[in-house]
Amino acid sequence: MSSTAGGASLRARGTTLGGRLKASAVDALNFRAGRWLRSSKPYLALLGFALFLGFWYYAVEVARLPRFKDLPGLTVVVREWLSRSPVYGLSIFTPEYYKHILISLERVGWSFLVSTLVGVPLGLFLGWSRTLKEFAFPIFELFRPIPALAWIPMSIVLFPSTESSILFLTCIAPFFATTLNTMLGVESIDSAYMRAATCLGASRWQVFRHVIVPGAMPFIFTGLEISMGLCWFSLVGGEMLSGNYGLGYMIIDSFMNISYPNIVIGMATLGVVGYATSGMVRILGNYMMRWRMRELALGGRS
Amino acid sequence: MAVDHCSLDIAAGEICMIVGPSGCGKTTLLNAIAGFHEITSGSITLDGNVLCNAAKPKADPGSDRIVVFQNGALFPWKTNLENVKFGPAMRGIMSKAEITEKALGMMADAGLAGVEQNFPGEVSSGMRRRVEIVRALMNDPKVLLLDEPYRALDSLTKSVMHEALLEIYYKNKVTIFFITHDLEEAIFLGHKVAIMTTRPCKPKKVLTIDIPHPRDYGVLTSKRFRELMEETEEIVHEEALKAFEAGEREN
Repeated sequence: MSSTAGGASLRARGTTLGGRLKASAVDALNFRAGRWLRSSKPYLALLGFALFLGFWYYAVEVARLPRFKDLPGLTVVVREWLSRSPVYGLSIFTPEYYKHILISLERVGWSFLVSTLVGVPLGLFLGWSRTLKEFAFPIFELFRPIPALAWIPMSIVLFPSTESSILFLTCIAPFFATTLNTMLGVESIDSAYMRAATCLGASRWQVFRHVIVPGAMPFIFTGLEISMGLCWFSLVGGEMLSGNYGLGYMIIDSFMNISYPNIVIGMATLGVVGYATSGMVRILGNYMMRWRMRELALGGRS
Repeated sequence: MAVDHCSLDIAAGEICMIVGPSGCGKTTLLNAIAGFHEITSGSITLDGNVLCNAAKPKADPGSDRIVVFQNGALFPWKTNLENVKFGPAMRGIMSKAEITEKALGMMADAGLAGVEQNFPGEVSSGMRRRVEIVRALMNDPKVLLLDEPYRALDSLTKSVMHEALLEIYYKNKVTIFFITHDLEEAIFLGHKVAIMTTRPCKPKKVLTIDIPHPRDYGVLTSKRFRELMEETEEIVHEEALKAFEAGEREN
């Protein structure tokens, strides 16, 4: 049979190929983003809370167990938290309370932003360029285990104001988490995608933009959720030492002033606000990876 | 060493099926043609132009030889339509409107109308294969390199996909280099079938399938088909046994 347009003749003459085929890294996509798809079981969550609060109430106020009886009781804390004129000065009706929350939120916001804006591009390039990885990764890994606390003296020397000092300290842990997860995300991308893009005619930069960045997204957002938690973690420690406003400061100050219910109020507030901010990151992730949400909703049907 | 002194000629517009046991080096050969792997000696030419030889061991990957991968490489984060438009969109050779028009047309031709706005993860694997083939054909490649594309499909879907591929082929007449381990698939689709030895592979037997095109599913029960199967089954089985004994790993 004869053919006209669209064909080409291919000749392989005496070809000899050597070496092993490079095995493509099979990805281990984290399904954390998909958990949101499971229909929520609010009843179990409420039951969980109820059991915890019930135990607290029982241990402190009813049974008066040995060490527990010195803790602030559930009823005391709840009464304080919801009272219009609280004995120890903090409740949902006092402006002081919201000032602490907002200041902590602002600090977390800045540290999350900075660590993300530096960490994600760095992680992408570390995964993308082998040369850069060989150059920068050993230094990165050497610094990574150093905790923020160890950086305090350096931070005081390097940064002029208390606020910028705190910001630096709170950025450290999230930065490392974000960068590492992003880098692993890039490395997890099946090389078939990059090869496909190349033979379809994409330039190196186009492959980066259309394959690497979206392909690494699931890992990037896992990293961001973790880093959000680390932002709070690092922040509270810093605030306890720094001595002005914020939830961490509020907790340690309440301890100094023997206003124990406020400690619990502070902790509970941290829990709620932390949960909310992590939730926001997750929702953003789900929005940016709609393709994954839809795929998981179908149970990954083939 | 994966391939040793393999010589093969494929004419323009021909469907050449490469049959061989798993791990024999067929994918390595395809990768060399596509430009993902280096060759140690010999040469590969396309329409007389050298793709690679001893002086230039690695061919440049390009849209004249497009690969359809074994496990599928449709970008899961792009819709089917965006995937299909990817090649021309990246190369910037046509205007956006032209690309969209061509894409919609080709998808409709391949029976994919209606799933343009879905993501690959939302459609069946048979459809995904077709989208991937259309994505390749959008770039008017000279050669389509198919690496066991129907391996993961069940046999019912497979038989439909064969006819779909032939339909697409009759419209586009592109040269096809198709790797498979399924002898029936090879004889049904191909003009030429090359049976490869185990690693390191080279063609053990190359036969021309003289069943005329256009073919349809009825061919599978024809006398000539049965004859060809008988001729080749034993050779393929022999190589498969050797591979099994040598404990070849799957690619």
